[in-house]
Amino acid sequence: MKAGVLVFPGSNCDRDLAVAFERAGADVTMIWHKETDLPEDLDIVGVPGGFSFGDYLRCGAIAAQSPITKSLIRHTERGGYAIGICNGFQVLTETGILPGALMRNANLKFICKPVGLKVENTDNAFLSGYSEGQELLVPVAHHDGNYNVTDEKLAQLKSEGRIAFTYTDNPNGSSGNIAGVISKNRRVLGMMPHPERCVDEMHGGTDGVAMFRSLVDAVVAA
Amino acid sequence: MKVRVDVMLKTGVLDPQGEAVRHALGNLGFDGVEKVRQGKVIELDVAEGTSEETIKDMCDKLLANTVIENYAIQVL
Repeated sequence: MKAGVLVFPGSNCDRDLAVAFERAGADVTMIWHKETDLPEDLDIVGVPGGFSFGDYLRCGAIAAQSPITKSLIRHTERGGYAIGICNGFQVLTETGILPGALMRNANLKFICKPVGLKVENTDNAFLSGYSEGQELLVPVAHHDGNYNVTDEKLAQLKSEGRIAFTYTDNPNGSSGNIAGVISKNRRVLGMMPHPERCVDEMHGGTDGVAMFRSLVDAVVAA
Repeated sequence: MKVRVDVMLKTGVLDPQGEAVRHALGNLGFDGVEKVRQGKVIELDVAEGTSEETIKDMCDKLLANTVIENYAIQVL
């Protein structure tokens, strides 16, 4: 199973994400944003957290225009797997790969703490290692994680089973308490919390392990 | 040719920053401020004759996130 992790100027969770993939058994390639093509045999692309391009204009807006991102869009259009975490989620919404937008937290504060998440849907390669309704403790670290969608879109996401996680205690004002969403073909996940920051006892928790493991298993089996 | 683009959150999208500014104005003793919306102004210096269509394209592709924001173009 081959994973690629995109690296933008200002990414700062790229190596953590690489380690999380490696621990789950994937071969990982780091890919600089100026590359125009992803390696051909990649199974999954990870878009890491951080502050790509200093969050200038809007979080993720400039990274969404990077050369490698065009190739990421083609990868997802071909049905390739991708995961965007934190700033990576913001990049995925800015490209339109995932719906909605991430706005400034409702309380205007940068929030950095472990939060409770509820697994809402397990019918996808990312969350098949959890059970529906399971509660996890996963760190968040963001200023702009207030997920915004119209009521209409929210209803659609619900009815299509595309809400991956909700917050048990909404920290940022997100519509429908949403912490993560899945693409229509169920192969792209975007989430604000950091599963790669809870894959080792020394991280203070290991609730993220099952995500990387089930993802690797699913892709290997496919 | 100078162009000014105003980017504002769409009506109905909660603007937490505008709300914080409104509170702060109240704390300063400015009464009667019922609503504050905060946006961005982007000034562009573009080639003479650049069409409004091109500027719109710039707004749709980068300058505004049309999921949550509206924009207004003004040629100065």
